[in-house]
Amino acid sequence: MASGVKPRVKVPKSAAAGETITIKTLISHKMESGQRKDKDGNAIPRSIINRFTCDFNDQNVVDIELQPAISTNPYLEFDATVPEAGTFKFTWYDDDGSVYEDSKDISIG
Amino acid sequence: MNKFTKGLGACMTAIIVASGAMAEPADDNLVINGDIEIVTRTAAPAHLSDVMDEVMSGWLFRGTETRAMESDDFDNPGMIFVEQAEDVWNTADGSEGKSCADCHGASSEMAGVRPVYPKYVEAAGEVRTMEMAINDCRENRMGAEKWKYTGGDMVNMTALMASVSRGMPVNVAIDGPAQSTWEQGKEIYYTRFGQLELSCANCHEDNYGNMIRADHLSQGQINGFPAYRLKNTKLNAVQDRFKGCVRDTRAETFAPGSPEFVALELYVGSRGNGLSVEGPSVRN
Repeated sequence: MASGVKPRVKVPKSAAAGETITIKTLISHKMESGQRKDKDGNAIPRSIINRFTCDFNDQNVVDIELQPAISTNPYLEFDATVPEAGTFKFTWYDDDGSVYEDSKDISIG
Repeated sequence: MNKFTKGLGACMTAIIVASGAMAEPADDNLVINGDIEIVTRTAAPAHLSDVMDEVMSGWLFRGTETRAMESDDFDNPGMIFVEQAEDVWNTADGSEGKSCADCHGASSEMAGVRPVYPKYVEAAGEVRTMEMAINDCRENRMGAEKWKYTGGDMVNMTALMASVSRGMPVNVAIDGPAQSTWEQGKEIYYTRFGQLELSCANCHEDNYGNMIRADHLSQGQINGFPAYRLKNTKLNAVQDRFKGCVRDTRAETFAPGSPEFVALELYVGSRGNGLSVEGPSVRN
């Protein structure tokens, strides 16, 4: 597992039924592109987050493929429509097989 | 004059006004998290009365998107490093088995410390920066290894110290025992260095608001340090920025942590007296 990885998400605590809300996510990750070389000239192996998904009550909201040119600490912001109370589940997939998860509940009101 | 040329005239005026406005600092207010009001422009401190009327944070010289990033802690990438420093703050280190929190309490207890640094420390008999104070704590109270002056741990910790003081006015003392160091810093500020023969003042006093190639020159205020720079995606210590500036004049630079840069930090800090502490800020 890459070091210092910490997912963070920001979701409103409640919304009106059918309302469109903005979700912000950020994961601290070095996003090593695989293109750089170390002092001795050896390539530094690629180590990035390659996929991000967000699900709401087991229904997919976004499924994103990330590429090596994306900067360190990738920040993703998107809108989602909330039909009912439930749970947003966020998943980040690391090149090394690690999976980082977070979830946020949202109520209707 | 017919209608067409009249319209063209109005059009030209609009273009000139628009391009003129681009070089000016933004007319905008900074409120962080909808809660902390930041003073980004205020009357210049008395010692600057001969050279400028108003001091302005570098935030006003940045683009709309960059400015917006700083107004919300979630969007401010610098806050990632503040969180990391918070963990270090609460972790014991060194032969004494003490953490920062064991003596100082919660990091929020340190509100009000950042605005007065660098300051003259009686016990040490010299002007000290926040970095020097932190390393003094680590060496003499914690029995831990000193951190590199502009290393990752150090910059993160200074960011934590700045973040708990956000919104408080910078208030660096320039008289009394600090005065001789302040005079030395002022001397450096107005001295031309390097093959390009540029002093700090040539850009940041005479030409702020103008373009330097593709970028806006700010007043070079340091109330926002440490600054998260989009160009290198990390927090940058103020003395690393000094080093970068002096290097750009094609001079051999002073080292971060050297007496010269400590004096310069005191002087430049005092030029921003009255502006709010803003760190960790977001800059280009």
